[in-house]
Amino acid sequence: MDLKTTTFIVVGITFVIYIWIALRTRAKTTSEFYVAGGGVHPVLNGMATGADWMSAASFISMAGIISFSGFGASAYLMGWTGGYVLLAMLLAPYLRKYGKFTVPEFIGDRFYSKTARGVAVICLIVASLTYVIGQMKGVGVAFSRFLEVSYDTGVYVGMGIVFVYAVLGGMKGITYTQIAQYIILIFAYTIPAIFISLQLTGNPIPQLGLGASLSDGGGFLLDKLDLICKDLGFAQYTTQRGSLIDMFLLTMTLMVGTAGLPHVITRFFTVPKVRDARSSAGWALVFIAILYTTAPAVAAMARLNLMRTIQTGPVGAADGNLAYSSAPSWFTNWEKTGLLKYEDKNKDGRIQYYGKGMDAKAAEFGWNGNEMVTVDNDIMVLANPEIAKLPNWVIALVAAGGIAAALSTAAGLLLAMSSAVSHDLLKGMFMPNITEKNELMAGRFAMAGAILVAGFLGLNPPGFAAQVVALAFGLAASSIFPAIMMGIFNRRMNKEGAIAGMIVGLVVTLLYIFWYKGFFFIKGTNLAPDDAQHWLFGISPGSFGAVAALLNFLVAWAVSKVTAPPPDHIQHLVEDIRVPQGAKGPVAGH
Amino acid sequence: MNTAKEYWKANLRLVALCIAIWFVVSFGFGILLAEQLNSVRLGGYKLGFWFAQQGSMYTFVALIFFYAYRMSILDRKFGVRED
Repeated sequence: MDLKTTTFIVVGITFVIYIWIALRTRAKTTSEFYVAGGGVHPVLNGMATGADWMSAASFISMAGIISFSGFGASAYLMGWTGGYVLLAMLLAPYLRKYGKFTVPEFIGDRFYSKTARGVAVICLIVASLTYVIGQMKGVGVAFSRFLEVSYDTGVYVGMGIVFVYAVLGGMKGITYTQIAQYIILIFAYTIPAIFISLQLTGNPIPQLGLGASLSDGGGFLLDKLDLICKDLGFAQYTTQRGSLIDMFLLTMTLMVGTAGLPHVITRFFTVPKVRDARSSAGWALVFIAILYTTAPAVAAMARLNLMRTIQTGPVGAADGNLAYSSAPSWFTNWEKTGLLKYEDKNKDGRIQYYGKGMDAKAAEFGWNGNEMVTVDNDIMVLANPEIAKLPNWVIALVAAGGIAAALSTAAGLLLAMSSAVSHDLLKGMFMPNITEKNELMAGRFAMAGAILVAGFLGLNPPGFAAQVVALAFGLAASSIFPAIMMGIFNRRMNKEGAIAGMIVGLVVTLLYIFWYKGFFFIKGTNLAPDDAQHWLFGISPGSFGAVAALLNFLVAWAVSKVTAPPPDHIQHLVEDIRVPQGAKGPVAGH
Repeated sequence: MNTAKEYWKANLRLVALCIAIWFVVSFGFGILLAEQLNSVRLGGYKLGFWFAQQGSMYTFVALIFFYAYRMSILDRKFGVRED
């Protein structure tokens, strides 16, 4: 059976599973729609959180980023996992004890202020909307690459599938599809990694293979990779990085931002007990770490494979480079997609792939510039099974895994947005007396609306889609996380302090990003060039969220000191959420 | 409400310990001290690189379960466990 047919069958089977789950998990109450009725087992919630969290970017792009940035990319690995420690200890158990439906609802109640709730809704929608564009793009890309249908068709099919299970089942439907999606994506990610690790090192566990010796006797894998990088004028893989302060702050921003992203926090509202929220965060990280500790192995091994495929002999030897006419089929296949691009600059019919450190020597060898003009990050995961010569069903599984990763994250984000609209805006602010039945109906309409908006943005992705991800983490880190944390850990924190802090965090983050990237990302409106020399203390716009979060804490603390303490019933509320006893199932706010 | 206060203090001590370890393995070993640790080898891994791309994540997982386990003991000890 040819690859295309196999891929259609495998992806088709996964879609049948999602629809089948959708039909079995229809939400009948608002509690089921917003928090799956609060009865999800902590291990299963951990699995759903894993799928919720791991996006198209984690699945398709992250290994490639590590591949080309080496040690410096550790910021993403630590940042996108370390946030769960903060979540498990500083936020999740207390929010579960509070037992309401949404993050803005907690912020509004704790700071006895509709303004605070409104600011939280704005942060939530901006953060989630910027994030969901990438997921819709991921679905479109996976369809067009693997199934050879148009990008737009891919987005429409993705919208249709999410529509069925998210509108019918709300959080309940999303939870159980996410569990299925986790299983699909983790197999799709680890199976090629296991085979590549076996081929290169003889060790089937990629995490161990990365630290093992090459089976062809070339010494340790990482040493060999460092050596080849050095020989070809690239930065040394295991030590390359930007500035220390920027790596530090990027890691911190991603960690704090992870803990503050509403679609992740909401998942912990679905477990039965406070202690389940703690352990469920642990399980979530187990399921995430399986992929995140495999990614560095995929990254290093794919990079080594790529470089050894092209540099077949000694550097500088006349026949040391691969002749284009004998390039493997995966090379030419991926050239067609534009993810790889070769340009024979010195017209010798061979491929030269080298870094800046070689420029002086290159002329000596008769090389006329790096000829691999495009090596897209995504290629490292997408082409992996072909490089390892794995059977067609594995390639089909990678396609299904990429789609699963994108759909599961999109669904979580869509739910966070639609519940902010139907529960926080509609019920919380404009129609407090709405009946449960009507609120459920409004929730479904809000979900359908969110899918249409996300689909529209997926079909017409703004040019700045990649840059706004920094905005999502920056906003979550600088506004949402500090507000919730102070709401729990500082009994004296009042609405004046919290609102001032959130606004400072929000404005400072936006201003710093816009300063270098242009206002609303419009080209030419930036006030300084976006490079390390012009950044404040060498801090890149994506790393600034941590600084803004600190400002949020300081401003909130100072303002709360000079304004009246929160009323007694709020101080009792804080005391109450600090102890697990007496937690109830989630109930609708009044 | 004295029990509740004591329980909260015990919780804060535990959180402080866990966050300190969280900080040391990632920001300490994985970033600030990575260069120095790289002179130590763990098989084919340089130690600083290993902490940044493997070890910190394993520690995070262990920390959360350690915290959850210790908290369940505290919940019982102070009689605030839910049922």
